[in-house]
Order: sequence, then structure tokens, then C-alpha cells
Amino acid sequence: MITKMNIKGRIHSIETMGTVDGPGIRYVVFMQGCPLRCVFCHNRDAWDPKGGREATVDELVEDINKYKYFLQRSGGGVTATGGEPVLQAEFTKELFTRVKEMGLNTAMDTSGFVEVDQVKDLLEVTDLVLLSIKHVIEEKHRQITGVGTRKILNFLNHLREIGKPVWIRYVIIPGYTDNPEDLERLATMLKDYNNIELVEILPYHDMGAYKWEELGYEYPLKGVPVPTSEEVDKAKEVFAKHGLPLELKHN
Amino acid sequence: MDAWRGFSHGHWRTEIDVREFIQQNYKPYEGDDSFLAGPSERTKKLWEKTSQLLQEETKRGGTLNIDTKTVSTITSHAPGYIDRDLEVIVGLQTDEPLKRAIMPFGGIRMVKNACEAYGYELDPEVEKVFSEYRKTHNQGVFDAYTPEIRRARSAGIITGLPDAYGRGRIIGDYRRVPLYGVDRLIEDKKRQRALLETAWMEDEIIRQREETTEQINALEALKVMAKSYGYDISRPARNAFEAVQWLYFAFLGAVKEQNGAAMSLGRVSTFLDIYIERDLEEGTITEEEAQELIDQFIIKLRLVRFLRTPEYNELFSGDPTWVTEAIGGMGLDGRTLVTKNSFRFLHTLTNLGPAPEPNMTVLWSQALPENFKRYCAKMSIQTSSIQYENDDLMRPMWGDDYSIACCVSAMRTGKQMQFFGARANLAKALLYAINGGRDEISGVQVTPQFKPITSEYLDYDEVMERFDQVMEWLARVYINALNIIHYMHDKYCYEALEMALHDMEVLRTMACGIAGLSVVVDSLSAIKYAKVKPIRNEEGLAVDFEIEGEFPMFGNNDDRVDQIAVNLVENFMRKLRKQKTYRNSIPTLSILTITSNVVYGKKTGNTPDGRKAGEPFAPGANPMHGRDKKGAIASLSSVAKLPYRYAEDGISYTFSIVPKALGRDLESRINNLVALLDGYFHKKGHHMNVNVFERETLLDAMEHPEKYPQLTIRVSGYAVNFIKLTREQQEDVIRRTFFEGV
Repeated sequence: MITKMNIKGRIHSIETMGTVDGPGIRYVVFMQGCPLRCVFCHNRDAWDPKGGREATVDELVEDINKYKYFLQRSGGGVTATGGEPVLQAEFTKELFTRVKEMGLNTAMDTSGFVEVDQVKDLLEVTDLVLLSIKHVIEEKHRQITGVGTRKILNFLNHLREIGKPVWIRYVIIPGYTDNPEDLERLATMLKDYNNIELVEILPYHDMGAYKWEELGYEYPLKGVPVPTSEEVDKAKEVFAKHGLPLELKHN
Repeated sequence: MDAWRGFSHGHWRTEIDVREFIQQNYKPYEGDDSFLAGPSERTKKLWEKTSQLLQEETKRGGTLNIDTKTVSTITSHAPGYIDRDLEVIVGLQTDEPLKRAIMPFGGIRMVKNACEAYGYELDPEVEKVFSEYRKTHNQGVFDAYTPEIRRARSAGIITGLPDAYGRGRIIGDYRRVPLYGVDRLIEDKKRQRALLETAWMEDEIIRQREETTEQINALEALKVMAKSYGYDISRPARNAFEAVQWLYFAFLGAVKEQNGAAMSLGRVSTFLDIYIERDLEEGTITEEEAQELIDQFIIKLRLVRFLRTPEYNELFSGDPTWVTEAIGGMGLDGRTLVTKNSFRFLHTLTNLGPAPEPNMTVLWSQALPENFKRYCAKMSIQTSSIQYENDDLMRPMWGDDYSIACCVSAMRTGKQMQFFGARANLAKALLYAINGGRDEISGVQVTPQFKPITSEYLDYDEVMERFDQVMEWLARVYINALNIIHYMHDKYCYEALEMALHDMEVLRTMACGIAGLSVVVDSLSAIKYAKVKPIRNEEGLAVDFEIEGEFPMFGNNDDRVDQIAVNLVENFMRKLRKQKTYRNSIPTLSILTITSNVVYGKKTGNTPDGRKAGEPFAPGANPMHGRDKKGAIASLSSVAKLPYRYAEDGISYTFSIVPKALGRDLESRINNLVALLDGYFHKKGHHMNVNVFERETLLDAMEHPEKYPQLTIRVSGYAVNFIKLTREQQEDVIRRTFFEGV
């Protein structure tokens, strides 16, 4: 019989010192499996839902416990990322429930590509959502990720409704996601979300390219340059102009 | 003017007791760094001048000048200055800044070779005296070494032994000079000598009488040296300036007398704060002037130099002197020992820029004031010049007035010393266990002969049984070597001034060490959890290994393998404890390689963990690079399991991280680093070097050293100017695990 305690999930790997996926020091669980097919994915090996290894919530909780002091002391906690944690919503919910019982905070790094009804419970035990928006234009979003934006925007709207803190992430890929008009449109849209605590404009990097090649695939963005810091700054300005928070407020 | 005006009326006035003086008179400081002052004009100019000299030194291959004629003693050289008008604190080892002195009492060959390596010729008269008339420590040791020790030494299973250089790691309680004045200390030593007028003159009594007389002579010489700079240190210091200057003279005397491998300063900042606070209250000094005293003192400490050979540099790369200063910590009564002067010392890294010396060592406690923790973290992030040691672990053992010798070795100041013992190569010992005691590289039978392992696959129990025997042998030979070394060092190269600043009865430790911990541990894990097949050459020596299957590796917080490490440390320490030691010293153990992890790796063949012959070991107690797969905290959690009680000479861990992996902005980085240190020490980790910089910076510095004269990085237990490392060492640093986040 499957009880909640020994519910199993598939995970890709563990990082005990994440410091960018939420506040403080994070125990980061990389979940296995992702419904998106992002051309710039730096964890290509996390797509296959049958890959990785099986893990139980108990097992993870026991491991997290070893790091509790570091996480607590830094005001950190546990982040589920991937892959795509919402693909294993039940598992992630159970994990987060236990993590919150330990007095740690929870963050979920997601593409938001999920029907809201499937994650309502999960969001109840999620303190922070890191929402990675790949593009604001439906067609371009499809080109980059293979899926549309409807679910994602619904998800973001739901987060606003329930007042869930969100950090938005947006990756600048020259020629793909840096069109000034598109950025303007995204910023205009985002400024209406008062639950957004941070907008992170990140430069595209190709450090995950080798994983594609190791798996025998051609890297779709081969030859695409990483943006210069000026290009990234220019993008940031668009968001700053609309009053969106590009830096985290520290208490 | 009464030197002790305003100070407490304690027992310290009648007995030499610096700790009590500090406890009764210091003011803990819990505030932040906003009171700190920038460098004075004089300091700025002086540092500029000094920096030019330092760059000139680098240009000339690392040595600016050598006095090849004058044998260095406390009084050997005329006063030297950088620029008399700009110097507030005076005193140099020789008559010119960065001119290195010869100190042949440790060994004449080393001096001669060092001179030649830098294009100088040792004065023939000096060579003659120290070859024909005056025996050296080095000569004494080799007169007594057994063939077995020589074999172990040349095979490289025991190396880095202080048999040709000064052993160092003795810390005079330099604070005694400003607090009491030299005359009072001489009087005290004379009283001690009188206690040694016993009915029977036996070895130990005779030795102590001779040593005490040498100590008194050294103190007399110290007064003469200070006088040559125009100061009378026979009396106690009367204000903050004199306290700093007197203390520096005491330390200067030590580094004129001894070329010790590590010449720690001790724990002086809070002591000096008492004098500064008194002057501030009396209105005779401003904060700017207080900072100027410390800045100028630190400039002097940055100029300490010893003449050393290129071979020495391989072991201890980057010209280190280990002028280690222990800062902070907590008192036994629960008050913090952090004072404003703890901040001022660290603030020199801002006022003068980063530097490897003095070796700034923060004694970390969970209970340290939060402001100080955050300030330290900030300075680490900005300068990578600080190391941290666990005060909560050491205070119960050594009290609240211990200092750190060299990198990680705690000792009660003025009451304890160590016989430095470098380290044994346990990775090689493991190969000996497999090969019947024959060296895997030379084929020489180094241990007494025993049957090699001949099975197709290595059996864990069989390997462990042999390994245990080899360690048993190793512990004995190792301690024997150290007994000889320290007997001779006491005899021919005695540290008279440093010991004059100790109590009469000192506790002596015999500080052994191991290298290659993570290599051995992963090898044993491979043998236990995977299948390891030795590849033997025609002589039957296992020279390579094939590993089939997976095995847990040290650095992933996995008890299956971490427990092997714990057992290994405990086991080797137990073997050391069984040995008979010189002067009844107490054996201790460090897991610290300094930079010798590279040399050791070079001298060690393929190992069963998959490490290839010649590849460097990990430094200190670090996991092997790239094998820690679960991130930084899992990695340091493995290291924190190593039991300090079985490695009381220290367990060194070097942590390197790129800034963005520590947090998104400075505030987060400070927050996370404080949590990391609190967490590591909460888990009973002992020591941590913290480096925060980009790998690209180091790569660029390799190509353009002139752009990075002050780039400082922490290696095992000390800090170095990155550009002074050998190319090999630089590559090793860059190759090592840098936590880069995800």
C-alpha cells in the first residue's frame, strides 16, 4: 500500500548549497521529468520522466535534516526544481509539507505549465514560486519551449489571486528573447502583479550544451552567442522603467 | 608615568600572567565596523613605498637581497628603516627592508643552496665556520638517523621533516615584553634557574639550566637590539604606541634569531586594545592614530622574510612565514574576546589591501557578536585572506588564551609548545600494504619484508590487516625520526628568545601529520564497495588498479565512506600514542598538507581510488576534487565528522567558491557565509579557509601576474600571494573544486 509517508518520486540530483533559488541557503531537489522542450535547456538530462533515480519523501527528509542547521541559520530552506516539480505535484506537496513541519521554508522553481487545479494543494505548502517565463508572445514561446502560454498565464494569475510571492525569471537569449518590444510587453504585463517580489533578468549561458551532446542530441542553440552585459543591462532597464523590482529587498 | 595606571590590581602584577591581565582589563565590543578609520597619510605613503619594494622583490625572482656575511642573531644587524620619517613602528630583520639574513644554525647547506639559487655566494668564512667548527642541527640529525629512517625519508613516505630547516611552530608570548618590561622577565627567569640548583645534576636539569641561561642572554640581547632603535624596553610600555612597539621588538627578536617554518605572532589584538582604550580615554590618541599604529605594525609583519631554497618552496609554496594572529573567540566567562582592535586588525586588509601575512585567523564561536561575524564574512568575501577555526571546539581543551601556531595548531600561549613533525603519506602506506612494503615507484623494500597481496581482486579485510601493520611500522619510524630531529634542534638550534617568553614548565606536543586522507579513504571505499583489481608489473608490484562498479566517495556526507575516514584517523592516532617520545611530549596529529599535497602526489603511484600516479592529493582534509557531487555543504559535512580529539593538531579544510554561488548580492553572500561558518562549526568542523573569487581571475593572474600584486588566496592553513606560487601549484589551485552553484 502506498501511504503518504513512503510516496515515491523521481529525482535527478541534489545540491546541498543552492543560494540563488530562493532566500538563504537552499537544499535543492532536482526533479526528474519535464513537459517543456526548451531549446536552451541546461538540464537536458532531466527531461525524461523515467530517468534519474527513485526517492521517497522519507529519504529526502532524513537527508534534509542533516543540513537543517545551515538552512535555518541562513533563513533558507528547500527548493524543488528540475526538471519540473509540478509534474510530480503529489510528491512535491508531501515533501514540502514535511519540510514546513521542520520549520524551513519552501520554494518551487517551475515553468508554470500546469492546470491550476492540479497544484492548488501544492501551492498551499509552497512559500515562494520561482516562475521562469520563457517568452511573452505565444508563437515565440512555442518556438522556444514547444508549448503555449495559456496555462502559464493562468498559473501566474492564480498566484496573484492567492497572494503567493513570486520571483520571475527571464533569460535573455540574443535573437530569441531580447526583442525590445517583446520585453516592453512583458514588463507592461508583469507590473500589474503585486505579488512579484523580484524579476531576475538572466543572461543565457551555454554551460549545459555538453549534456545535449552527451545524450546524442545536437544542441539547438549552437553558435548563439551569450549576451553581453550591456545587452542584459538594456533589458533590465525596460523592467526597471516599469517599476519592477530587480533587486531583492533585505530586511 | 606609571605604566600600569588604571589597570586592575590582580595577581598578574606579582606573577607573569598575561591572560589574567587581559580578562580583568579588556572591553568586549559588540558594535559594528562603522567606527573604523582609513589609513593616515603617513601610512599611505609608507605602504606605497613598501609596495614598490615588494614588486621589485617579485621581479627579482622572489628575493630582493641577501646579506651573505652576517650570521643573524637578535643583535647582529644595525637598525634598518623603510623611510624613517614615515615609520611609526620601527624595526627590521636586517639593516634594509626585504634583505634576507642567513641563519645557518639549522643547517649550512640549506643556506648555501639558497644563496646560490638566487645568484649569491655565501661568504666562505661563514661556510667554513659552520662546516668545520660549529655543528648545525642538520648535521646532528643526519649523524643520528638510522638506515630505516633514511629509507622512509627518501621514499617519501615521511617527508617535509624539519631536519634541514628551523622547526618553528613555537610562539613566544610576545605580550609579556610590553606588559612587564624585559628586566622583570629576566628577574623571573633567574628565579626559575635558582629552582634548578638540585642535589643531583641529571640530564634534564642540566639541559634546563643551560636553556634558561640562554633565555636570559636572549632577553638581554633583545634590550640591546631595541636600544639600537632608540628605545628602552627594560621597563613596561606606558601607552599604546609603546605597547605595539615593544611587542613588535619582541617578535622581531624571534624572527632575527630563528628561521622557523612558522613564526606565529600569537593572540595580541585584544591585549593591545587595552592600551589603546586607555589612551583613548585619556585623550592622548584618536581612532585614526590607533588605526595608524595597527596599520604600521601590520606593514612590518608583512615584511618578515626568511632565506629558503626552491625545494623548500615546493613544500611550502609562496614564501610563507605564518605570522599567525588569532583574533576573537570567547572567554571562559562567556564574554566575547572581540574588541575594537579585532576589527582594526582585519581592517588593515582594507587600508593596505589584501595580503597573505600576517595569517589572520578568526576564532569562531556560535556566540561571537553578530556584527563581528558579519564583518568577518564581508572581509572574507572581499579579500579571501581570512581563515576560521572553531573556538567552541578548542576553548574547552586549551582555555581562552590559546594561539594558533602555523595554520591550525592550537597551543596555550606561553605555556605550551610543539615539536613540529610535518607529515606521513598514508596513501603510500596503503600501497605498501598491498606491495609487501616495497615502494611502488622505486621497487625498494622500505619496510621490513612481508608478504604482498597476490589475489586477483583486493579483499577489504586482507588489505586492512596489512595496512594496519604498515601503519604500526610507520608510526614507530616516524616518531623515531622526530625524536632525533627535536633532540638535535634543542641542542644546536634552540629558540632561546621564544622560549624565554614561556613559563618554566611547558607542555610539549609531538605534532605528527598525515597527507592523502581522502585518497586512502576513497581507495578503501572502492575496495570495500566496488571491485578493485591490481595490475601488477613483471616484478609483481601492483602499479595500477582497475575499478569495477560504483563506490561512495568522501565528501558526499555518506557515512559508509566517511566512517572509514574517521576510523583511519583514530587508528593512526592510537598508534602514535603508543610511541615513546622525546621529552615526554604528547603525540598529536594534524590533517593538513600545506601545499605539499602536490609534492606528495608527485611521489605516489596510481592508487586504488582511480587517482593516477603523480596527480596531486587533495589539500588537508579536503575531499578529492570533483568527487563531491552533492554540493558544498555535503562536502564540508563529511570533513566535519573527522574527530578533533584524535587530530588535536588540527584538521584543515579549504573552501573555495565563486561569488555568485555564495548568493545573489553582497548582503545575501554575507548572510550565507555566516550561516555556513556557524553550520560547519556547529557540526564540530575544526578549520576552514574561505576563498571567494572567480576562476577567471586566477587564470588571468597566471598570465598577467603584474596586474595582481596583492591577489591573495587561502591554501591549506595559510594564505599566499597567488602570483608567488609555482606554476604547478597555481594549476592545482585552479583545478580543485570550486563550488560554482547551479
